[in-house]
Amino acid sequence: MNLLDYFRSTRTSTAAVAKERLQILVAHERSSRNQPSYLPQLQKELLEVIKKYIHVDQEAISFNFEQDDHQETLELNIVLPDLSHKKN
Amino acid sequence: MARIIVVTSGKGGVGKTTTSAAVSMGLAKKGHKTAVIDFDVGLRNLDLIMGCERRVVYDFVNVINGEATLNQALIRDKHCDNLYILPASQTRDKDSLSLEGVGKILDELSKTFDYIVCDSPAGIEKGAHLAMYFADDAFVVTNPEVSSVRDSDRMLGLLASKSRRAELNEEPIKEYLILSRYSPDRVKLGEMLSVNDVQEILSLHLLGVTPESKSVLNASNSGTPVILDEKSDAGQAYADIVARYLGEEKPHRFIDEKKGLFGKLFGGK
Repeated sequence: MNLLDYFRSTRTSTAAVAKERLQILVAHERSSRNQPSYLPQLQKELLEVIKKYIHVDQEAISFNFEQDDHQETLELNIVLPDLSHKKN
Repeated sequence: MARIIVVTSGKGGVGKTTTSAAVSMGLAKKGHKTAVIDFDVGLRNLDLIMGCERRVVYDFVNVINGEATLNQALIRDKHCDNLYILPASQTRDKDSLSLEGVGKILDELSKTFDYIVCDSPAGIEKGAHLAMYFADDAFVVTNPEVSSVRDSDRMLGLLASKSRRAELNEEPIKEYLILSRYSPDRVKLGEMLSVNDVQEILSLHLLGVTPESKSVLNASNSGTPVILDEKSDAGQAYADIVARYLGEEKPHRFIDEKKGLFGKLFGGK
C-alpha cells in the first residue's frame, strides 16, 4: 500500500456514492414502472368514496402497490379520526 | 430477413450516433449488407458523422411520403460498398414519421439487407419510440454517470413494454450494454462508476466498453466513422463490439488503467 492508496481510503469515493444513489433510485423507479396504468385513477376515486363517509384528511390515507413474483398487493391504509373528542 | 438493431440511450450526447456509425461500418466491413437510418427528424447528424452530408438529396420522410423511392434516398457509403445511409429529414416536423410508414420501409429494407441499424434520437418521444419499436436487438449506450445510467434503465423499461415484440408477446428484444466514454484511471481513483457497478445496476449483457478517446472527435471532424481508425483505442473497441455481436469471443479491453512507462517495463502482462 503506497502513500496514495492511504489518502484514497480515507475519503468516500464519489463513485460509491453514485452507485448507492442509483441503486435506490432505479429500484424505486422499476417498482412504479410495473404498476397498472389505472392505479392513479383508482386511487383518486377511492379517496372520493372514503371521504363521503369518513372525514379524514388526505394525509391520513396512504396507498401502496407492491408486487413480487407471486402476487400483487394493493394496500390501503386509513387512519380514522380520533372519535374521543367528538363526544366532548 | 434483416436483423434490426436500435442504438438507444434516453440521454443525449452519450455516443449514439458515434456508435451507430461505427457499428454499421463494422458490420458492413465484415461482409454484411447494412443500412443505417437516422431517426432524429429535425436534428439530422448521422450524415455528418458518416461524411456524406453533401450527398443527401432525399430523406427518410420523402420515402415515407412517396416523394422518392428507397433506392433514391439511400446513400452508398464511400468507404464500403456494403453500407447504405438513410438520412433523417432536416426541415419537417417530428410527426412526419408514422408507425406504418416506418414499418413499411423496414419491411422493404429487410428483403435485401442483413442488418438495419436504427440511430435513435435522445429522449422518449415519437422518434425514439419509432426507432426502437421494430427492433430485434437494442444497443443501450451508457456513460458511467448517474443521469445516463438512470435514463438507460428507463429505456430498458420502454423496450420491454412499448416495442412490437412486447405488444405481440414475442421473444423480447435482446438488450446489450455499450459503456462509452470510460476512463479507467478515474475509476481507479473512485471518481467514476466502474463497468461492474453499471452492470450491477442495469443487469445487462456487456457488449463492450469504449474508452474516452481523442480519436472520436478527430473521426467526427473528418466525417469518417471512428472504427476506420484502426490504430485508435476507440476504433479497436468498436471493432471488438462488432465481433462480439457477431458471436466471436473477444476478451474485454480498455477496462484497466493505462500503465505508465514503469508499469509497462516491470508490470508484466
